[in-house]
Amino acid sequence: MTITAFIIISLIKSLAIVFILLTAVAYSVWLERKVSAHIQNRWGPTRVGPFGLLQPMADGVKFIFKEDLTQPHVYKPLYIASPIIAVVFAITSISVIPFGNAVSIGPIGKFGPWGTYLQITDLDIGLLVVLGITSMGVYGVALAGWSSNNKYSLLGGLRASAQMISYEVSLGLSLVGVLIVSGSLSLRDIVDAQGGHFWGFIPRWNIFHGQTLAFFIYLISAYAETNRTPFDLPEAESELVAGYHTEYSAMKFAMFFMAEYANMVTVACLATLLFLGGWHGPIFGPAILQEIMPVVWFCLKVFFFMFLYVWVRWTLPRFRYDQLMAFGWKVLLPLSIANIVATALIVAWRA
Amino acid sequence: MFHLILFLFFGAICVAGAVNLLVQSHPINSALSLIVVMGALAGEYLLLGAEFVAAVQVIVYAGAIMVLFLITIMLLNAGKEERSKGSRVAILLGVPGVVIGGALIGWTILERSNPSAVPIGALKGDPTVIARLLFHDFLLPFEVTSVLILIAIMGAVVLASRPEAVARGGRKDG
Repeated sequence: MTITAFIIISLIKSLAIVFILLTAVAYSVWLERKVSAHIQNRWGPTRVGPFGLLQPMADGVKFIFKEDLTQPHVYKPLYIASPIIAVVFAITSISVIPFGNAVSIGPIGKFGPWGTYLQITDLDIGLLVVLGITSMGVYGVALAGWSSNNKYSLLGGLRASAQMISYEVSLGLSLVGVLIVSGSLSLRDIVDAQGGHFWGFIPRWNIFHGQTLAFFIYLISAYAETNRTPFDLPEAESELVAGYHTEYSAMKFAMFFMAEYANMVTVACLATLLFLGGWHGPIFGPAILQEIMPVVWFCLKVFFFMFLYVWVRWTLPRFRYDQLMAFGWKVLLPLSIANIVATALIVAWRA
Repeated sequence: MFHLILFLFFGAICVAGAVNLLVQSHPINSALSLIVVMGALAGEYLLLGAEFVAAVQVIVYAGAIMVLFLITIMLLNAGKEERSKGSRVAILLGVPGVVIGGALIGWTILERSNPSAVPIGALKGDPTVIARLLFHDFLLPFEVTSVLILIAIMGAVVLASRPEAVARGGRKDG
């Protein structure tokens, strides 16, 4: 591939993926409002477009045109920087997520056959890159809490940083079992290792490959990582007004929410790739359909996790803070270490 | 060539962050400069080819340890520090120290730069190599170090818990 083709393909892929991600973020907000409404026997957004489908656009316009208040007592450089930090790291982490097989579009122009993976870039350490970038996301929340110079915000920021560090440990350790089974850190290799079936009908996904416990540890830790109910203590409105984003309004406020929903999408993608076999699924029909099916399967699995997020939010009450810490350190951490030891022993015994 | 430009770029960011760490009078700005230094160092590792070390640098140092620094600063609510006129010790020891350090670095670069040094991107730093080193070649030192860290953690727990709780044989929850 020539350097020009590489730059053009990378540019197209980056723009397309960022566009898809931001649309997905906007429509997860719509999904959340709609599902929560139906759970509470309401209708949710109905006025803007059919089924309220244009509601995210109306919200966007509203956020842009609202007055952007900056309190006089805030520490301004960090107050402005923290929503940017949050949203940048949340969006960057999508860059190594693969979402389908390789595609090749026949010869176009002078660049010859254009073939590419459905992924911005495939790294040997893809999983570590995602973990590294998401671990930097905590600064957005923590600095927002501190720079607001307000005790509720500060408490929210402190809670967020303590909670995210604690659950990052069990989240990272729950993935080690998957790494032992697949023997690679590249997300594409991990998905490729999950092709095929056990006894002809059970898919060879990691969740059925001895990593069931790890899957649930990952899911719970991921909810805590993204500050979602039942772990939304950093923004617990009954105790902290609105937590770390109390002082934020207009687009800065919206940026925190974009970051939160983008993180949810990343976490859902990772869960799909690592435990549910990525884009593997039954393939049938004509040739063109067979090309599209893997991406459809991937999107369906991600949608399942997004729906689960909303479902859990409107079902479970919030943890108390000491319960949260005790659960993370005394239950999830020992369980994830036990999972690593068990997986390693079984793999070593079979080898 | 492109790698060299990037390498110098990250090096410049690293040095600028380190200088900013010293110049800033607010602890939180200094902590953020340290994060920039660590991120730039991770970029340097990545360019050298040690991708696993780069990832660990970001996850452990920039993503976890620095968050603890930040929590400490936020909890203590450390404010802006006053500027002093400068102590005599700092001038007496610091200026010669800087001169000697700079001279040493310059001398090393000028005299000892050998063409057989590892070129950019040639370091073998993928996880397999590191795993073989840690869990095969240097297994005993690695395990002894982890025991050492465990002892340090236990010591910290003992020091942090109240004496009467230790006398009772453990800390009560809640």
